[in-house]
Amino acid sequence: MAALSIRALSKRYANLEVLKDIALDIESGEFTVLVGPSGCGKSTLLNIVAGLDRPSAGTIEIGGRVVNDVAPKDRDIAMVFQSYALYPSMTVRQNITFGMECRHVPKTAQDAAVANVAKLLQIEPLLGRKPSQLSGGQRQRVAMGRALVRDPLLFLFDEPLSNLDAKLRVEMRMEIKRLHQRIGATIVYVTHDQIEAMTMATRIAVMHQGRVQQFADPDTVYRYPANLFVARFMGSPPMNTMPARLESDKDGLVAVIGAGRPDEVRLRLRDYDGAAPFVGRDVVVGIRPECIAEGSRAFSGEAPVLVEAPVDMVEPTGAETMVSLRLGGEPAMARISPDIRPAPGASASFALDTRRICLFDPETERLIA
Amino acid sequence: MSNAAAIRPGRPALPEWVRRLPEYLTIWVPLLLSAAHLVSFSLWTIWISFTPSTLIPVTGWVGLRNYTAVAASRNWQIAFDNLLLFGCAFVVLSAATGLILAILLDQRIRGENVLRSIFLYPLAVSFVVTGTVWSWLLNPGLGIQKLVHDLGWTSFRFDWLIDRDMAIWTIVIAAIWQSSGFAMALFLAGLRSVDADIIKAAQIDGAGPVRIYRRIILPSLWPITITVVVIQLQFAISTFDLVRALTNGGPGIATQLPALVVYDLMFQRSLLGRGAAAAVLMLLILLAVLLPYAAWRYLQRRRAAHA
Ligand SMILES: Nc1ncnc2c1ncn2[C@@H]1O[C@H](COP(=O)(O)OP(=O)(O)O)[C@@H](O)[C@H]1O
Ligand SMILES: [Mg+2]
Repeated sequence: MAALSIRALSKRYANLEVLKDIALDIESGEFTVLVGPSGCGKSTLLNIVAGLDRPSAGTIEIGGRVVNDVAPKDRDIAMVFQSYALYPSMTVRQNITFGMECRHVPKTAQDAAVANVAKLLQIEPLLGRKPSQLSGGQRQRVAMGRALVRDPLLFLFDEPLSNLDAKLRVEMRMEIKRLHQRIGATIVYVTHDQIEAMTMATRIAVMHQGRVQQFADPDTVYRYPANLFVARFMGSPPMNTMPARLESDKDGLVAVIGAGRPDEVRLRLRDYDGAAPFVGRDVVVGIRPECIAEGSRAFSGEAPVLVEAPVDMVEPTGAETMVSLRLGGEPAMARISPDIRPAPGASASFALDTRRICLFDPETERLIA
Repeated sequence: MSNAAAIRPGRPALPEWVRRLPEYLTIWVPLLLSAAHLVSFSLWTIWISFTPSTLIPVTGWVGLRNYTAVAASRNWQIAFDNLLLFGCAFVVLSAATGLILAILLDQRIRGENVLRSIFLYPLAVSFVVTGTVWSWLLNPGLGIQKLVHDLGWTSFRFDWLIDRDMAIWTIVIAAIWQSSGFAMALFLAGLRSVDADIIKAAQIDGAGPVRIYRRIILPSLWPITITVVVIQLQFAISTFDLVRALTNGGPGIATQLPALVVYDLMFQRSLLGRGAAAAVLMLLILLAVLLPYAAWRYLQRRRAAHA
């Protein structure tokens, strides 16, 4: 059953079109992450799903019921906000029970529900405190507790980890993921952080300028980005994208970066039949940094393509060495072994894994193959 | 600043103290002068209150005699009772009026800016004007009562201004008219500073507007309420011009207030020592309000610094 379906939804403020023709179908039990840069309309979409804002057009169904005219409290949802939005004058316990109080749940049932959630989130010692007496991480847990106690059809999270420091963010990320696996809830989670999206989601909706650019599982989004925006947004560092020319010879297709230059790079492409109509035309080649490595690296399978390329800069991170280099004159990033440090300004040998190259149409910016 | 001076050629940089001279002159000179006035005249008044001065200040020591005389006078006792009644009624009612106006304005109605200005305008009017205008409005032969009579409702009575027991309430009314706009402005700022996400969370939790105000917004207003109450109390304790213009303490001495007693003793009966004693008593009442407030502010700030 679809827990949430959004059809032909758009939203405009005065003459600013914030959401354009959004369509999403989210299955029950899915962890969907809406990811996109700041200002692309993620919060607006979430607020519309919650009923805190009205769409200009389109329908929203939650659990098979059209809820366009249903008040937020009757949509069977719970929401966690970036600012946590705890009620400052209430204790943690009152924060958690406030919704049940509004719904006239009997006191004994309230107590049982609080005990349950407090145990799950390990916030029992905090129940008597006020939000001002909690740390950021504790507030975050209480905000989650307030949502969990509702046991809704749909959880909505709006950048819940953005206000935490890096270490806590990683911990909470895992904890939320574990929670999802444990209670099997349906979650729509908004973030601008593509790593959060990749690590937590069962499906990712990448948004940009009010449109869903791609809606697919994390592997697909990473491996086959639907367009150049997604290619450049997902991944850190993002996919290298370089203009190239598609040629063909007797062995098949070849993408040539910096065609005609003495240092042109020829990348032989296998199983890229979809690109045949682009032979003889310009394309954009996308290649992930981890597909460019030191020359001695043997990518699993066949022999890699070896190129000599000038090195601009070297950034050792400990776990790996990031190298900026030039392929056929175009800047690119490579991820090489941590113990290899090519000299900046000199040339070095790099191995390219050509099986995971993406080709994009430079006109439409869409993925060709 | 030094950068701007450095890149402008041919103009020697002025010494620091010369460049900051206007600042010193406009801030520090008036501040020091008024502080010196305040402190020296307060000390002088305290000193006078222990002397037998009448028309002119004289030296000598009479201990607390001026204080006991003032405290025992019927004039002061009535003034003090009036102050209690007026202070409490005015502070509570003007805060309540301000809060209600703020909540009504908070409903994002059209014309909010115009209404806000209208409610704030009385604050710009001098107390003497307020007092005089209300003395006309409340005068049975001129104002509201006459208007209703002229409309044909001749049994209508609204003569609090000349009623010994009710006259103090006319001062309450005029003071509320004058200053509830101020309370409204502070409360409105407080209402608007509640995080929008908190209201959204409450909506999702299923709270209606009444419950949202009662359980979430209003509890967050109490620091502002204390500020409003203290500022209004301070005004109530030192009220002079409003009463002087509205009732001048009358009928009889029914609306006497401490500041009027001080004026009466010092300038009409030429009892400088007793007037000074009454003024010092007023100062003590004021301190009884301000010192706890200062302590509370200090604690708040320390708690905020620790959090
Ligand atoms: N109430 C509003 N009135 C006008 N513009 C708005 C309003 N709310 C949001 N916007 C605009 O809509 C766009 C999307 O906002 P938002 O959904 O908050 O983005 P995100 O959450 O992805 O950062 C922004 O350009 C923002 O300025
Ligand atoms: Mg947002």
